[in-house]
Amino acid sequence: MNPTDIGNPDYFHKVVDCQWACPSHTPVPEYIRLIAAGRYTDSYLVNWRSNVFPGVLGRTCDRPCEPACRRGRVEKEAVAICRLKRVAADFKDDVRARLPTAPKQKNGKRVACIGAGPASLTVARDLMPHGYRVVVYDQDPFAGGMIRTQIPRFRLPESVIDEEIGYVLDMGVETRFGTRIDSLKGILAEGYDAVFVGCGAPRGKDLEIPGRREAAARIHIGIDWLASVSFGHVSSIGKRVIVLGGGNTAMDCCRTARRLGGEDVKVIVRSGFEEMKASPWEKEDAIAEDIPILNYLVPKSISHHDGRLTGVWFEQVRAEYDAKSRRQLVPTGEPDRHFECDDVLVAIGQENAFPWIERDLGIEFDRWGLPVLDATTLQSIHPRVFFGGDAAFGPKNIIWAVAHGHEAAISIDRLCHGEDVRERPAPMVNLVSQKMGIHEWSYDNEISAEKRYRVHHAEKRVALKDVKLEVELGFDRKQAYLEAQRCLNCDVQTVFNAKLCIECDACVDICPMDCINFTRNGAEEDLRQRLIAPAVNLAQDLYVSGALKTGRVMAKDEDVCLHCGLCAERCPTGAWDMQKFRIDMTHAGPACRSRERSRALTTS
Amino acid sequence: MTYLAKPKLHHPRLPKNALGHTRRDYEGAVSTLCAGCGHDSISAAIVQACFELDLPPHRIAKLSGIGCSSKTPTYFLGNSHGFNSVHGRMPSVLTGANLANRELVYMGVSGDGDSASIGLGQFAHSIRRAVNMVYVVMNNGVYGLTKGQFSATADKGSKSKRGAVNTDAAIDLVGMALQLGASFVARSFSGDKAQLVPLIKAAILHRGAALIDVISPCVAFNNHEGSTKSFDYVRAHNEAVNRLDFMVERTPIAVDYAPGTAREVVQHDGSTLRLRKLHDDYDPGNRIAAMTFLQERAAAGEIVTGLLYVDPQAGDLHESLNTVDQPLNALGDAELVPGAAALEGINASLR
Repeated sequence: MNPTDIGNPDYFHKVVDCQWACPSHTPVPEYIRLIAAGRYTDSYLVNWRSNVFPGVLGRTCDRPCEPACRRGRVEKEAVAICRLKRVAADFKDDVRARLPTAPKQKNGKRVACIGAGPASLTVARDLMPHGYRVVVYDQDPFAGGMIRTQIPRFRLPESVIDEEIGYVLDMGVETRFGTRIDSLKGILAEGYDAVFVGCGAPRGKDLEIPGRREAAARIHIGIDWLASVSFGHVSSIGKRVIVLGGGNTAMDCCRTARRLGGEDVKVIVRSGFEEMKASPWEKEDAIAEDIPILNYLVPKSISHHDGRLTGVWFEQVRAEYDAKSRRQLVPTGEPDRHFECDDVLVAIGQENAFPWIERDLGIEFDRWGLPVLDATTLQSIHPRVFFGGDAAFGPKNIIWAVAHGHEAAISIDRLCHGEDVRERPAPMVNLVSQKMGIHEWSYDNEISAEKRYRVHHAEKRVALKDVKLEVELGFDRKQAYLEAQRCLNCDVQTVFNAKLCIECDACVDICPMDCINFTRNGAEEDLRQRLIAPAVNLAQDLYVSGALKTGRVMAKDEDVCLHCGLCAERCPTGAWDMQKFRIDMTHAGPACRSRERSRALTTS
Repeated sequence: MTYLAKPKLHHPRLPKNALGHTRRDYEGAVSTLCAGCGHDSISAAIVQACFELDLPPHRIAKLSGIGCSSKTPTYFLGNSHGFNSVHGRMPSVLTGANLANRELVYMGVSGDGDSASIGLGQFAHSIRRAVNMVYVVMNNGVYGLTKGQFSATADKGSKSKRGAVNTDAAIDLVGMALQLGASFVARSFSGDKAQLVPLIKAAILHRGAALIDVISPCVAFNNHEGSTKSFDYVRAHNEAVNRLDFMVERTPIAVDYAPGTAREVVQHDGSTLRLRKLHDDYDPGNRIAAMTFLQERAAAGEIVTGLLYVDPQAGDLHESLNTVDQPLNALGDAELVPGAAALEGINASLR
């Protein structure tokens, strides 16, 4: 193998699995260390820069970081990254003085954002401090989009939404709320320099089975019903409720139903329990509220009597996989099953709908009705129109919406400065030794043996009585500290200097995870097999040095490295060093513009 | 040297041996030796060897004297018996322990100061008595604990870290052991575990006195230019006579080797050592030839490593003393107090 190029920002970024997995690349270990140090405000601001809604995401994020977390590969469970984010939001001081403000002197560019959800608000936050006039439109009277309408209050209190949306809107964003947009042509005619479409995937899929129309009065589309509960239009439901669907919306529906009077609430899904789209923790929370999840049942017809819903008939199926391991649900042949109920909530998916976008504007749509976009720039065929969030590639989640917002803001900023939108700015990267003394590092390198802490919940008896009472209580400061100490500090990198190595084997002997090897070089597949502990996780890189004095190379499997720094402590020559890798994604503003970057480089 | 203990977490696919132990179960406390010390590599090799041999940790006794080397038993085999004796007196304590309980594996750990200076007499007599043991010398040529004076194994003409030249002749423990009748003699290098681990395993299974002289660079005081025990010097002058490739216990080996390239040695317990020849005319079964060869190569400035001599069917001290088969702590009252008639018989035999 060729020596690893650690000058490539991606190499060490990948080692920070959580940050690499986060769509907006939040510096997770950095903010977790700040929590351990009790610096909640600083931790919050590290988050806020990357993901804009730390308090919201600390309660609702899909957490792509946690399955990626290295801790989950060296012991049973990942660090509770998401709930630590909430800790930063819960215990911070007033951050307002430290947030950027919009300049009085505007730059003369105007940007419209359609929909006031997380994607649009991210675009607004990234552009406002640089002098843009941003106008946000929404059909609802409040900002927030699905954060406000679809996520139930018992998971996300209104105060948290108001606070974090406020940070964005208070920069002076112009709002046109409570107005439905009927024509993109009309918006473009207002002379905006760019239009960002972040209107979400607003249409809940309906169920087309016999009896649906006859019993319509007690059959509700999940996301619409959640929005009605959110805005106070609905405050009760029948005692027996069936929720159809296996995603997170279904989990929100069933738990909301339990709080509005549902006593016998069931979730019934077509797929197997394991393949459900809902996050495992959301399923756990639903089950904990006495909601059974029945699987492999496909809704066949709605039973009704005198125009009244009486129940749902299901066909029993099993999963079969073909040669290409595609799943098919095949009837088992057993008799259909009937479940009685008073209400049905349909949460079987969401669709995009752009009836307000004229088809002759130059924006093209694919056969799923999604806009044709450049995946990186989020620019549509119409150069001034960008899409993000669920409106771009179909339903995803909040953190993806934020990531899209950042990218779209960069595209808009470059467009407005006459630069090629497809050329993307490099991130800011920094690599600094953390050595403070012979055995002293600027981070806690002792590996905590603690197991993952559970967040306490409000007592079920009380929680189920109030749809607005937050169920999760969050970590207290002590729990937060102990959980934070479980973080392996994967951003503190093991950096190897081949010129200093005397091949004494001290690092090989001390490494608790058998990551480090000195061996003859070879092709990657061969080398991976020859290591002390064969490197079978192909998603994780090998760190390979150039030839050493004996002609061998150092080969380190990054997979399960604890970043404990013992290799560096044991190294007599300082060939190993622990260096903190910081990578800040470049956002909209002067730093994302090529001309200003090169000017800054030549003058510095 | 590290203040922190090695984390308990280990590689998720760390192999287990026949006893269900991982290699980590054979480790000891975290080392307090200097960072990069060769001795730590030898400790790691001992851990690996005991793990691979499936030795129950409680059936091993590790004994040492005084010095950097003699500190190491704390850093390996944390679940085994240990005795840190007086300077240079490890061989006597080990001999006593071995006579009392012949069923344990005895690992004597010593250094060049402990064995070649203050303990030279003890070293010599334990070898010539054929005590059944593995005698590991962690040989760095300097007194590390007292800041790097030459030890008795430092080569004549080699330089100290401050530039002083050693004018005394070196004691060669390997040469002495051969001359004193050791039945297993090897030399190795702390920086070459591929060679060292099989040697330790073979020495553990060998019956009789097994000496392994391990050159172990002292990174603090003896790893400079002019030293003959530095990493660079040893690597440049290492002349391995053979590679101990296989150690298969009581099972025939089915691998074909070209005639004359490999040699099998069956030890008393049936274990088989397979030696891959690196040197055409080297015969580890010929003690006198080995001694000659070592002298020649040493004169040429080479450090000969590998399994230098082995007598696979050697006896040990218990055999020559005709001791009882059981360890003393397993003897009951009937054996220990045989009665007046037995005493009368003994007395009669002495008249």
